[in-house]
Amino acid sequence: MHDEYELIVIGGGPAGLGAALSAREHGLERILVVERDVQLGGILNQCIHNGFGLHYFGEELTGPEYAARLIDRLNGQAIDVLCDAMVLEIIPGENGHTLRLMSADCGYRTVGSQAIILAMGCRERTRGAIQIPGTRAAGIFTAGTAQRYVNIEGYMVGRRIIILGSGDIGLIMARRMVLEGATVVACVEIMPYPGGLTRNIVQCLQDFDIPLYLSHTITRIEGKQRVEKVIVQEVDDRFHPIDGTDIAFDVDTVLLSVGLIPENELSRAAGVEIDSKTSGPIVYENGETSVPGIFACGNVLHVHDLVDFVTTESEGAGKAAAEYVLRRIDVLEKRIYEKVSHDDVNLQSPSYDDPQKVACEAEHARASHDDVERSALIDDLSKKLVQGRSYCLSIVRDETISYTVPQRIRVQRVDKQVSVFFRVKNPQKMPKCIVFRDGERIVASFRRPYMMPGEMERVTLTREQLDDVCGNELLISVEEIR
Amino acid sequence: MFDVAIIGAGVVGCAVAYELSQYKLRAALIEKENDVAMGASRANTAIIHGGYDPATHTLMGRLNVEGMRRCFELCEELDVEHKKTGSWVVAFDATQRTTLEMLLEQGVANGCEGLKILEGDIVRSREPNLSDDIVAALWIPESGVLNPWEFTLAMAEVAVRNGVTFMPNTKVCGLTWRQDHYEIKSHTIRSALNMSEDSSFQQEYHRETDIIAIRAHYVINAAGVGSDLIHNMVAPPAFEIVPTRGEYFLLDGTAVDHLVGSVVFPCPTRAGKGVTVSPTVHGDFLIGPNSEVVADREDTAVTGGALRDIAQKAHRVVPSLNVRTSIRNFAGVRANSTYGDFFIEKSATNFIDLAAIKSPGLTCAPAIARVAREMLQKDGLLKEKRDDWRGGRRIIRFKEIPEEERDAFVRENPLYGRVICRCETITEGEIIASMKREIPPVSIDGIKRRTGTGMGRCQGGFCGPRVMEILARESGRDPLSIEEDGCGSTILIGRTKDPRSREVSSE
Repeated sequence: MHDEYELIVIGGGPAGLGAALSAREHGLERILVVERDVQLGGILNQCIHNGFGLHYFGEELTGPEYAARLIDRLNGQAIDVLCDAMVLEIIPGENGHTLRLMSADCGYRTVGSQAIILAMGCRERTRGAIQIPGTRAAGIFTAGTAQRYVNIEGYMVGRRIIILGSGDIGLIMARRMVLEGATVVACVEIMPYPGGLTRNIVQCLQDFDIPLYLSHTITRIEGKQRVEKVIVQEVDDRFHPIDGTDIAFDVDTVLLSVGLIPENELSRAAGVEIDSKTSGPIVYENGETSVPGIFACGNVLHVHDLVDFVTTESEGAGKAAAEYVLRRIDVLEKRIYEKVSHDDVNLQSPSYDDPQKVACEAEHARASHDDVERSALIDDLSKKLVQGRSYCLSIVRDETISYTVPQRIRVQRVDKQVSVFFRVKNPQKMPKCIVFRDGERIVASFRRPYMMPGEMERVTLTREQLDDVCGNELLISVEEIR
Repeated sequence: MFDVAIIGAGVVGCAVAYELSQYKLRAALIEKENDVAMGASRANTAIIHGGYDPATHTLMGRLNVEGMRRCFELCEELDVEHKKTGSWVVAFDATQRTTLEMLLEQGVANGCEGLKILEGDIVRSREPNLSDDIVAALWIPESGVLNPWEFTLAMAEVAVRNGVTFMPNTKVCGLTWRQDHYEIKSHTIRSALNMSEDSSFQQEYHRETDIIAIRAHYVINAAGVGSDLIHNMVAPPAFEIVPTRGEYFLLDGTAVDHLVGSVVFPCPTRAGKGVTVSPTVHGDFLIGPNSEVVADREDTAVTGGALRDIAQKAHRVVPSLNVRTSIRNFAGVRANSTYGDFFIEKSATNFIDLAAIKSPGLTCAPAIARVAREMLQKDGLLKEKRDDWRGGRRIIRFKEIPEEERDAFVRENPLYGRVICRCETITEGEIIASMKREIPPVSIDGIKRRTGTGMGRCQGGFCGPRVMEILARESGRDPLSIEEDGCGSTILIGRTKDPRSREVSSE
């Protein structure tokens, strides 16, 4: 292990591995991957079911197989790996960042790095977060914790099981528990539609005759030491339990699959701006966060349904981090900055930033007669430029869309195209269009036969489409097909 | 034969044990659960109360200030996490403002120092998140927060170190005076700890109960919500416990921007001190409690209605508060009683009641123990102090090690370099150290109370399996026997692929 790296990747799951490999491929030579578990691969290691890799590898793999492919590639590369280690703090700096990390083997270390990729993944929402009334009996697990006990440690967590929430891990665990000889009495979902992928509803519930109760929730857990019984009730459209709809289930175990939350305590403490909708960092088109040189990818950024998309996204972040380190971008920015601050902008000189907008602001600055105001304006402009904050499109959404990633696009940095990931807020069962608007004008429109909140959508905007945008906001919405 | 048997290892029982351990005598600390602090001592508002609230003529009023000062001292001596934050009682209108004046007067009579009433704007300049509708508040500088289960445990550990016998899983079912001593009949539970080697699979949780007789010259009743039952075994009924449940929210401190820096109470009403918003020693925020009389003394279930009610009330005081950052809800049952005050009496021969200890019982515990000690001394016990008494306690918490010393420390003690609980940054070294102290933890929650593992946002989702592995490994137990919390709260039911782990089909 060195004291200085070009790139440190925090997390050795699919996102971290993909990002490290891509950064290496794009020319970085000193890369460190820090993983808190004793081995690389992240949560894929406990996902022993198949269904991974169809998009990325073009074949169906199990979780450990998918992880193994990435780990094998990594082993052939000059990339340092530190397992069983925790990053405790990120201290951002103007000329490179500092990390404090620790492990039993290497002790408590301070390490420098020019760029950082956040790839810490997510955690599961717990009972405390959703306030299920009842006793504090044992036998209540998040689905992922149960998955670890069953698939990694080889222990059974219960015999008669009810699943709250229809997230993918819960659905996978429903099938898993049945295969291990348990009885899964029901899967209960508070929303009127399932939270997980349609294929999991079919393959994990329907194929095993496990009833799915939509618009229902657990309103009471009973049992002094171990769970003995749960009460399930139907909910109205404001999610309030409806009297008289009680169903009692005798179970010894409750598995919770009620959502995943990106793990951004480290990011937040480092001053990275967080999107309250995704609970992940707000990022630009290349995965860069609000702190220059810190990138994010995978489930720490937003919760994905498919690991294949995590890999693709992380490759983008790895590439961007490499570009950042190799200063291809900053050199250009510095050039503009110097010109502006020397009051001598050559408007015709090629720059990747929008020349007209630079000109406009610089003109405004020059035209100002007040020296203080003028230098303040120039300062402001140059700051914007250096940080790459200028001429940035914000993607805004109406009430039909719950979030987008990225949230911001620096058009001049888009090479040919940029992928925008999003989720719809409500199920769209009829064919609809995803429309991007610049004011009233339609910039791009994508037709989809149906859309579900549980399934992440992706569309691609081209550089040409983005170049045409006049305003600084791009509005995304679901619209009727006209 | 013991000289003194203390029934109940809550904060009062443990404070008494701590006090008695300083004298030459044989004492037993009898507890029906598998650890100390398993009742109200672990599920409360975790506040060191200033002493303005209880009426001056009550025992509560007389013991509060002494207890508060002693709490702060003990927390220092025993390395218990605590913080002198000060507290506020806020008033929303002129009537409540009058109440503040009454409280100030009462506080002064109870011995509080530094109390003052401040205007709304000044209050908000010190606690910017408080509601604009607050017109004034009473400031109580000598008060704060502590880790209540660690406080209880710390006193018990010192007591055990100095010869007090701790008897967990022992439920008293009868007390008989036999000429010069009590025969204390108890159910003892041989817990899953004693599983035989060949039972690698646990078909069903076996709990074997034996009845044993413990003999002691003197009995101290510190049985909390069960204290009237113990009292009634030796004396005519004098009071009745009215089990009163209080529910709480714990909000994630990393998600909430500095809600409050000190404890904030609404104006007290007849129902109690009301819904409090307070910081915890772990950097989170505690909201609660409500107050509801329940039939079952152990009914610590949380209810949807109460939680909504608490959220609403807390909102009025701190409008920016967001219960979506909740990481846990819990409830405690307090030993309120028909008596209305602490019931501290010598109720029968060689029998002292430290009963009906409700709020501010946690704060008062050291003062109650002092009273108990004097009562015993009056009866001719505790004549001689131990000259070999070893007090004090130091806990290594990785988080508290100064930045510049961490590297050397971890090199010397590599297990402190392995983080097990990510949310709270608790290391393997801390977990193993907690298992080597005077009262070792036997459950996942036992380790949680001692080290803080699983207290954070993921609620043990990530660290639970690893804590189980360490607990099993270090204590030589089968993971199948490890319990979440109390006796019988087993987590795993068997190994996979073992036919006995399967649900037998009814067809």
